[in-house]
Amino acid sequence: MTTTHEVEHADHEHGHPTDRTYIGIALVLGLITAAEVATYYVDLGALLGPVLIVMMIAKFSIVAGWFMHLRFDSNLFTRVFVSGIVLAIGVYLAALTSFHYFSS
Amino acid sequence: MSATTVDATSAAHPTEAHHTSTGLSNEKLGMWVFLGSECLLFGGLITTFLFYREKEPLKGPAIGDLYDIPYTSVSSFVLLMSSLTMVLAVSAIKRHDQRNTRVWLFTTALLGASFVAGQVYEFTIFYREGLGYTTNLQGSAFYTLTGFHGVHVSLGIVMLLSAVVLSLRGRMGPERAETVEIIGLYWHFVDVVWIVIFTVVYLIP
Repeated sequence: MTTTHEVEHADHEHGHPTDRTYIGIALVLGLITAAEVATYYVDLGALLGPVLIVMMIAKFSIVAGWFMHLRFDSNLFTRVFVSGIVLAIGVYLAALTSFHYFSS
Repeated sequence: MSATTVDATSAAHPTEAHHTSTGLSNEKLGMWVFLGSECLLFGGLITTFLFYREKEPLKGPAIGDLYDIPYTSVSSFVLLMSSLTMVLAVSAIKRHDQRNTRVWLFTTALLGASFVAGQVYEFTIFYREGLGYTTNLQGSAFYTLTGFHGVHVSLGIVMLLSAVVLSLRGRMGPERAETVEIIGLYWHFVDVVWIVIFTVVYLIP
């Protein structure tokens, strides 16, 4: 019978994270969330938007890369997912431009 | 170590090596295509909200005046931690640990249910403050966006509980690890969508 430690070691050899790694990643995500909430109480002025966007992208990337295994799976999955995100951003920019130029 | 944990070296990565034209699991690829299309759905809803947020409401309160950031932060944290329990469930089933698979799947469903309950409570508070679904454009856009997300979380809970029931009936063995992984992909997607909503809708003024 293989022990949990041996399985985790086998996972590590395959490049997949162990449960301990996942818990560490969750701690990082928790800390970033705490930092996000802290911006509600601290006046960052014009930096508020960019700081929040950077933290949002960091959390998004960590969850997609580690928890959704995009770092370890086929690049095709990443391309499919990123295509959706790029199209969504394209929709936003197109709508923004339309309303800017064509609103009365 | 759980008594149900067995030799897992041969099944640690059951999704590798598929006899398909891409060499990848069609089910998994299908889920990624679905998630890519979901980006468009939520992209459209977030865009709509951002436009209507800029417009001064003709009647009823402005949505920004009703937010309870500390409360929503706790909800966000709960959903974020449900991603951890989900990934632990995937990890458990890959090492043939049926008991822990069920425990983590059920915990994930419980955390998701807490999030949805929090959202229902938030909606109730907003409604009592005078913001109904048709009160103004901000309210309509807000309820539609967060409501759609809540429905996605609820569907995820149904998937998770179904997996727990199948596991209890002995129909969710290690050979079905990819099914749990695909449910996990959906669940993490719901989480990343909330990461965007929490920042763009609640935190950025």
